[in-house]
Amino acid sequence: MRFMLLFSRQGKLRLQKWFTSMSEREKKKIIRDMTTMVLARQPRSCNFMQWKDLKIVYKRYASLYFCLGVESQENELLALEIIHRYVELLDKYFGNVCELDIIFNFEKAYFILDEFLMGGEIQETSKQIVNRSIEASDMLQETLEEYMSKPAF
Amino acid sequence: MLGYPAHFGQMECVRMIASPRYSEKRVGYLGAMMLLDEKQDASLLITNSIKNDLSNSNQYIQSLALCTLACMGSAEMCRDLAPEIDRLLRASNSYIKKKAALCAVHIVRKVHDLGELFTKAARSLLTEKNHGVVHGAVVLITELCERNSETLERFRKTVPDLVQIMKGLVISGYSPDHDVAGISDPFLQVRILRLLRILGRNNEAASDAMNDLLAQVATNTDSTKTVGNAVLYETVLTVLDIKSESGLRVLAVNILGRFLLNNDRNIRYIAMTSLQKIVGTDHNAVQRHRGTIVDCLKDQDASVKRRALELSLALVSASNIRSMMKELLSFLSSCPPELRSQTASGIFNAAERYAPSQRWHIDTILHVLTTAGGDVRDETVPNLIQLITNTSELHCYTVHKLYRALLSDISQQPLVQVACWCIGEYGDLLLRGECQETEPVQVHRAQQTLVFPSANSDCDPVNPLTAPLSLHNSTPDSRIRSIVSIYGSCIDVELQQRAVEYNALFKKYDHMRAAVLERMPVIEKNSQGHTNGETIKESQTVKVKPGEPQQPANQVCDLLDLLGGSEQPLQPSPALGSAAPPIPVSTPNTVGGDLLDLLGGLEPTPITPVATVTVYEKDGVTVTLGCEKQSDSGLTVTLTASNSTESDIRGFTLQAAVPKSVQLHMKAPSGDSLPARGAAKVTQMVVLNNPNKVNLKMRLRISYTSQGSAVQDTVQIDSFPGLGQ
Repeated sequence: MRFMLLFSRQGKLRLQKWFTSMSEREKKKIIRDMTTMVLARQPRSCNFMQWKDLKIVYKRYASLYFCLGVESQENELLALEIIHRYVELLDKYFGNVCELDIIFNFEKAYFILDEFLMGGEIQETSKQIVNRSIEASDMLQETLEEYMSKPAF
Repeated sequence: MLGYPAHFGQMECVRMIASPRYSEKRVGYLGAMMLLDEKQDASLLITNSIKNDLSNSNQYIQSLALCTLACMGSAEMCRDLAPEIDRLLRASNSYIKKKAALCAVHIVRKVHDLGELFTKAARSLLTEKNHGVVHGAVVLITELCERNSETLERFRKTVPDLVQIMKGLVISGYSPDHDVAGISDPFLQVRILRLLRILGRNNEAASDAMNDLLAQVATNTDSTKTVGNAVLYETVLTVLDIKSESGLRVLAVNILGRFLLNNDRNIRYIAMTSLQKIVGTDHNAVQRHRGTIVDCLKDQDASVKRRALELSLALVSASNIRSMMKELLSFLSSCPPELRSQTASGIFNAAERYAPSQRWHIDTILHVLTTAGGDVRDETVPNLIQLITNTSELHCYTVHKLYRALLSDISQQPLVQVACWCIGEYGDLLLRGECQETEPVQVHRAQQTLVFPSANSDCDPVNPLTAPLSLHNSTPDSRIRSIVSIYGSCIDVELQQRAVEYNALFKKYDHMRAAVLERMPVIEKNSQGHTNGETIKESQTVKVKPGEPQQPANQVCDLLDLLGGSEQPLQPSPALGSAAPPIPVSTPNTVGGDLLDLLGGLEPTPITPVATVTVYEKDGVTVTLGCEKQSDSGLTVTLTASNSTESDIRGFTLQAAVPKSVQLHMKAPSGDSLPARGAAKVTQMVVLNNPNKVNLKMRLRISYTSQGSAVQDTVQIDSFPGLGQ
């Protein structure tokens, strides 16, 4: 996988994750191309497109478009499943996730993504394990903060 | 972040990463992944922090460091930290192991040599119970095998283990942890199938070991949901890529056929993509689904249409050409603009290869020109003209059809060009026509309407004035002369020039006019070594495209000297009845070359056309040689091969040998297969350097495979054209 983008119906970018090193200009160009291409698609059309040497897999969930750029030897149907799994993880964490959750807690969305994907590949195929890791990390963050802010006796 | 520039954050990130507090580290690493990449200098500063955090006792801090390294680690960072990662791969914590595996994947991608370091650890990770670790191991092994064929050989031994794991996943009962819609861990299944594909490619033993498993997965997987289809898709791809037995292949193609009938557009799309890959090898199997594929041409979706078009064009064959062409032509009239030119050229190729009759061929091309004339490629016009001249019995029919098409619609440029040329050539047939009575007046009116709009179009290489001129030759009419002289004062420079020239032709050279404007002889397509005529007058049939870079100006001047008149307006030589671009590109070259010979001793100007000569012609295979002097001792030779037999030729190679003191450098050929009936040529450039100026000879060995048998032949070339002897 080369990149993952989340953008709204109006074309505003909510999340971007790049799995290969690219210059700022290239990134901006890709974002522009993806938003125009995906937003121009008809409602019930095929979820796959060809763009340069990559396959673009996109799916719309409510007001957000999830767009992945995968390489030519990867399985497109599985990419759709990856998108779905990520949405499920977000849903479990935030409880009935909506775009606002992602806007205001974008760092949490990134943390979840980092627990699920790494270097463009899936890390963990089990939903429960990913959820447990996120909860544990959050717990660690909270307890350490509490610990640090307690006055030393 | 969120679209705003954030350079100020980079140093903050570095500071936060170094902080001992987990929350700060977390945000710092996130910032690093988002803002820093290997091109920034600040990324070097975090290398030490990452190194320290990799050895931290807390697994979540370790995971942060691993994640960041996998995301934006540069080559130097990877080299520094690779041993650490290797150590972590052997750790006892499966949470860390799976992350370390993916980090190793990133390292291998960045620095290929470090792959050696991880092979042993990867092997041992396969035996783990934890799915995440196994998945990471499979990804790592895939990456290692793709990069290095030795590693691939070593990992072939793991095929039984992989088969075992897969079987476990497929047969095992419901496992709540990894289940997705009834399939147990589809992500892992797909990855394993992909690895098996790489290991089984080109290897009988490994493929045999997988046969059972693949059959089992193909039959048992539930295909009602997307997940099941994803696994089936990967299975099909694997079966088609390894050396599987024929029963399994049939099963795979049947699965693809089932996909084609699925209601879901996505499934149909990927089915067609996969079928495209195998249409070369399993042609008959794909032919069975031709009906469905052609139906997909009418789908609303642009992606599906594109795939259906490519596949349909690949499926056209001699037996189904008529019905397929009907479908393709109706598609052309309704297809989206971006697919038009692809469709048009596909139709032309198919028509050329499988046309059941000349008339059908011409009809098809005319149909395409009327519907999508603006999108066809430039060489279709000369090809069509050549085709028309070759079918002399259909001249009457063709010219009538063109005339009628022109009357209804003038906007299509290529159609106008072809029609102009034909009306000019065969105007007498048009007027005399048994098919329909048309008066000269109508024809001339048509000419006028032709010329007016053409005068306004900028890119019209075919001069519409020559058509009425040659028409005049066959059916003299004073009105034509008046039309032509009107254009003597036209704004368009080219038209004006031509009009003046033709006027001069009328006035001063009337005695020659008839001969000059005679009907064009039949053009032969592959006639590299033959001219269109031996006499000087007929050699004026060098059809010079205005603006063609190879037009030798002074060469023509010499021609005019021979004619005994050196009127400037007559230059360039008036082409017979058309100014159509030269049809086989080699014809002006050969005529140019012969002209040079005829006129003997002309100094070749720097823009002289490359002279070509046929050096080998046997069993339908023709090889021509053209050469061009680059410098005092350097010479570029172009070898062009074509095949006029009925069957395709594969594995066509040329080998050359030259005298000892000459240096030879052969460039890569344009291809190695020659399709039948001269549909395409293969060219190869050879650069020679002859510093000692020895007598240049070359021995050429030609080898190819035709109809299953290999042919080899040698030919010696003693004289090179155009060397200025």
